[in-house]
Amino acid sequence: MCDTCGCTVTPANAHLVQAHGKLERTADGKASVEVLAGLLHENDHQAEHNREHFDRHGVLTLNLMSAPGSGKTSLLEATIEALGSEFSIAVIEGDLETENDADRIRARGVPAVQITTGQACHLDAHMVHDALHAMDLDGVDLLFIENVGNLVCPASFDLGHHVNVTLLSVTEGDDKPAKYPVMFRAADLVLLSKADFLDMIDDFDPDKAARHVRELANPAEVLTVSVRRPESLQAWFDWLRATLAARRAGAALTPRIQADGLASHSGS
Amino acid sequence: MHELSVCQGLMQQVEQVAAAHGATAVERIVLQIGGLSGVEPPLLERAFEIARAGTVASGAELEIRTGPVVVQCQECGGKSAVPANRLLCNYCGEWRVRVVEGEELLLLTVEMDM
Repeated sequence: MCDTCGCTVTPANAHLVQAHGKLERTADGKASVEVLAGLLHENDHQAEHNREHFDRHGVLTLNLMSAPGSGKTSLLEATIEALGSEFSIAVIEGDLETENDADRIRARGVPAVQITTGQACHLDAHMVHDALHAMDLDGVDLLFIENVGNLVCPASFDLGHHVNVTLLSVTEGDDKPAKYPVMFRAADLVLLSKADFLDMIDDFDPDKAARHVRELANPAEVLTVSVRRPESLQAWFDWLRATLAARRAGAALTPRIQADGLASHSGS
Repeated sequence: MHELSVCQGLMQQVEQVAAAHGATAVERIVLQIGGLSGVEPPLLERAFEIARAGTVASGAELEIRTGPVVVQCQECGGKSAVPANRLLCNYCGEWRVRVVEGEELLLLTVEMDM
């Protein structure tokens, strides 16, 4: 019933947008055109193109999101350290300014493209598309897109990736998912990072953080990790291996919320 | 403040609709914004003041319709209106629910002079 896919019209809310004909006249004689298109149509369209590009190359693309300073780049460094010989890895870094994070990744021998967004608080599908022009995906297994540190805006923009991985460092508080529901509802995996600090703070309960994620109707796994304790990263590495294997076995992976939207759309 | 990005996407679509119908001016734009869409209506209204300048919709009025977040329980089937950060079934407390209203981020209609 609408022009675009990935829209959020479900059988249950269709009455809100019920069609009465494409072109009508209002009481004062103006023309009224019904559109029923998602406001992020341009972005979603580009995102689908990006995803087709990733799929052609057999790449699993992960969107890493968190507040600033939750340890996204450190996690990538530790992941490259541990899995660099097992998988071919590439990274797209998003920040408002500086090449610092891309330099950290390149220092580990992994190709990295830095997107500097200037004043923009999030990456979008067009920025990622531009970055892909500077990146050779042949032979790449895992592409990490490290989004701008921000728990609000990045959740609204599909980049064409396959899964959302959201970090919550234990110094931020275990009620973060309740404070930023849109972000944590979109997570396919939640990593409670900087877990070595759990010994020093007494007000972060990993079980409570996981409960807040469930209260967003999100079944995502919640793992407790610390880059300072390599053994704690094994579950994350296993999740990466399993998700890449699922992707290679033909699973059509789309991030949780977008997948929901598609499913509900086809049912309407 | 990603509402400005969202609003720029909106203006692109409005201009396409206006051009397709040969409209001289857009008078009114109606949106449906759900509580789980990640977009705040007051911020979008302010962004609209900036984004509409110099476009065919420079004099347009923006109407934003909002509604409750509604989930349907996958266990008992009950439908509940719930807060955006607590998507639990009101009847049985279950968290395995499906959001059936609240994710909308839609351009509904464009009214224009033709």
